[in-house]
Amino acid sequence: MRFLFKTSYDQDIRLARHSGHVLWYGLLLAFLSAAPLVLPNYWSSLITMAMIYGIVGLGLMLLSGYTGLYSIGHAAFMGVGAYMQAVLTAKGWPFPLALAASMAASAVVGAVVGLPALRVRGIYLAIATLAFAFIVQEALVRWESVTGGNHGLAVGGIDLFGWETGSPLVFYYICLLLSVLATLGILNLLRSPTGRAFVAIRDSEISAQSMGIDLAHYKTLSFAVSAALAGLGGALSAHLLRFITPDQFGIVQSIDLLLIVTIGGLGSVHGAFFGSIFLILTPQVIALAKDYLPPAIGQTVGLQSVLYGLVLMAFVLFEPTGIYGRWVKLRTWFELAPLYRKGHAKRQRTFQKTERLA
Amino acid sequence: MSALLSVDDLGVRFGGLAAVRGISFDVRPREVFTLIGPNGAGKTTLLNLISRLYQPTTGDIHFDGHCITDMKPSRIAGLGIARTFQNIELFQHATVLQNLLIGRHTRRHGNFWQHLVFTHSVREAERAARTKVEEIIDFLDLQHYRDTVIAGLPYGVRKVVELARALCLEPRLLLLDEPSSGLNTEETNDLAFWIDDIREELGIAILMVEHDMSLVSRVSDRVLAMNYGERVALGTPDEVKAHPGVIEAYLGKGDEVLALRRARP
Amino acid sequence: MQLLQQVFNGVAQGCIYGLVAIGFVLIYKATETISFAQGELMMLGAFLGLVLITVLGFPYWLAIPSALAAMVAFGFLVERVAISPLLGEPTFSIVMLTLSIGYVARGVVLMIPGLGTELQALPVPYRDQSVAVGGLVMGVERLVVLAATAVLCLLLFLMFRFTRIGIAMQAASQSQAAAYYMGIPVRRLNGLVWGMAAGVAALAGLLLAPIVMIDANMGFIGLKAFPAAVVGGMASLPGAVVGGITIGVIESLAGYTLPEGFKDIAAYVVVLIMLMIRPSGLFGGQFRKKV
Repeated sequence: MRFLFKTSYDQDIRLARHSGHVLWYGLLLAFLSAAPLVLPNYWSSLITMAMIYGIVGLGLMLLSGYTGLYSIGHAAFMGVGAYMQAVLTAKGWPFPLALAASMAASAVVGAVVGLPALRVRGIYLAIATLAFAFIVQEALVRWESVTGGNHGLAVGGIDLFGWETGSPLVFYYICLLLSVLATLGILNLLRSPTGRAFVAIRDSEISAQSMGIDLAHYKTLSFAVSAALAGLGGALSAHLLRFITPDQFGIVQSIDLLLIVTIGGLGSVHGAFFGSIFLILTPQVIALAKDYLPPAIGQTVGLQSVLYGLVLMAFVLFEPTGIYGRWVKLRTWFELAPLYRKGHAKRQRTFQKTERLA
Repeated sequence: MSALLSVDDLGVRFGGLAAVRGISFDVRPREVFTLIGPNGAGKTTLLNLISRLYQPTTGDIHFDGHCITDMKPSRIAGLGIARTFQNIELFQHATVLQNLLIGRHTRRHGNFWQHLVFTHSVREAERAARTKVEEIIDFLDLQHYRDTVIAGLPYGVRKVVELARALCLEPRLLLLDEPSSGLNTEETNDLAFWIDDIREELGIAILMVEHDMSLVSRVSDRVLAMNYGERVALGTPDEVKAHPGVIEAYLGKGDEVLALRRARP
Repeated sequence: MQLLQQVFNGVAQGCIYGLVAIGFVLIYKATETISFAQGELMMLGAFLGLVLITVLGFPYWLAIPSALAAMVAFGFLVERVAISPLLGEPTFSIVMLTLSIGYVARGVVLMIPGLGTELQALPVPYRDQSVAVGGLVMGVERLVVLAATAVLCLLLFLMFRFTRIGIAMQAASQSQAAAYYMGIPVRRLNGLVWGMAAGVAALAGLLLAPIVMIDANMGFIGLKAFPAAVVGGMASLPGAVVGGITIGVIESLAGYTLPEGFKDIAAYVVVLIMLMIRPSGLFGGQFRKKV
């Protein structure tokens, strides 16, 4: 069992709370850095995808998990980032500049989508985000002169200020770097006044206002940042897929993103990555299991949907804190060993009372 | 001595109902000013008007020389007004420490980009904020609960955390909505001492809504009694308690009281 | 005349949206929960009708009520097994649960070879018939939609106004704890509400099936029920129908007068406009949080 004796405020402020953190995350980073050199190509491309979806998941986690604003059309921001990246790269922009521009474009779209958040809350906001997502997707389809519409758009290789490369290895390290930076950025935001303002808005808007938090400013900021991260993920996935079409960024993908944050564990940074690993691994597991299942089950199109749906249902019913929550409970069990109490993490229930006056 | 807060002919209508009508009073610096009245008298509504959660239909509010009648609720915190809520509005999924740190929001340092990168100056500001928050924790004896999530705290402690969070704002005026509701005698006693300390040591004026008459008499400098949204009496606690209108508001008219006495077996 | 034709088609389509939205509003009114499963329940209803008629050989007039009854029971079961354990949990959890139910439903249907993976047509007695009034050609399928919607609305109105169950539902929707104390079996009522919502969605599916083809992705049409509910007012049953018809008509006219693509997003543009100018919808009430 580890006891933390705190002797300075810095221990609460800094990111690595104790030496164990440094050790384990250091090992993780070392493993990820060595992975593509040691594992077969197929595995490193899976890890690349997991990192990309992890970045997008981070954005959605910030918006929904930490600020409490539910966005059910988040894949649309990925689409904006992807297409922006494809178009700019085709025009000859160097990779980093195109990336920055794609993130900026997504951020702007995110801020616009966040406008209803200033007037409406909860389910109304969710429906507004859904509406925006459909409109953005349709715009991508109709603006054929730029996006190629439903015919799709080919994406060029990576041009790092003259050094051109299509190498998956280089791309892997770029994704690794960007996901580490994105994670650090989000962690920094969360331990600063900005992040606390987000959490305040999630838990009690009225109180947050009384503490001087400008709701409009922070809600828009949260939308912009989360959209920017989604745009980054979209831009990277454009390079990975080499060919993009609007229906890769539609309602089904948006629900997949929600799956990531819910199964991963809403309200935790780890959750974004746990969730994206789940999303990427499940089709692989199905592909492996196909040979062992009777054809009536194994060979069908719908098996993946059923599995996603059942796992999501299981987590919502039995483990609402997601994979990360279960991981924390497991770790606490190991730490407390004989002294572990079953009710240690029980949730408080509240009964629903309507806020409608009519 | 000029008033810190001055409320002038303030009123609000919800549909056809005038919840508050023609209320005027002022709160002086370092004063404890209490609003009393039966349930539904409009006391919390008045507090919500002052903290700008409701928009008044008539009248003006001035604070420290600024006219705040049309200000957004998030701006008055920066001017120095903090409040607590009748039904606790803490940030449920955060720890006590995080709640209090959010109270320091008006004194924050750094813009979004500096936070993203967590510059050295942001780190310094975090340490300074933490130091200030610890002073309030010491003041209200919350050391035990620093790292506990709000959802796991008993009711009495949550009330104290609400008070602490408001104090972290370093306000000049503190609005308290029924601070003693749900507290036992001991806790109410502590509260009375804290209100005195807040006034003496921290120099903060307090405008509070209260039902507990012994607490009101003990700490208040002046009292405003309300009924049906209107002012009934204004003065020292003794003056107001003896006011016939106030007695009638709480106990009913003279002959009704006599009838009650006669009806007893 | 073409304009009138488009309006008629739009009204019929709007009734479908309205029916799905009714189920959605029923659940929202009762438990302030959002159900994203309504579209998939509509799809399941259509499929069930298809299976009963083509595989089990039921005659049309038996298949429809059987399918409806089965879906009502299914909705009740889903509520008791999956939704009611979540009583008291945050809204987002329940939303994700309904999404997962939809996911599973769609997946299961896609797993049925042949029937689930290809487009199907629902054999109905009034197929391809139409009534001509003046220059207006009204497909009988669409007239049936209008008639069924009107009858359903009347039944619901009578239920909520005059029956004890209806009043109990309204009480439970305003305060669950208080309803419990009054002896109202809140859990059972919630199950009933979900059963009704599933039944109404199934009805929408069975009415829609003759107009479009049945396939596993039919449920996505149900997404337009959300704009319908928002436009009408989330807690208003007449609003759901009015909202649905509004969306349907605007959509139809947009398809007729505007360039390609606008028809698909018309519903969403309307809902955004509505949220900016009158978020509570046409018939919605006031919200205020008491502090």
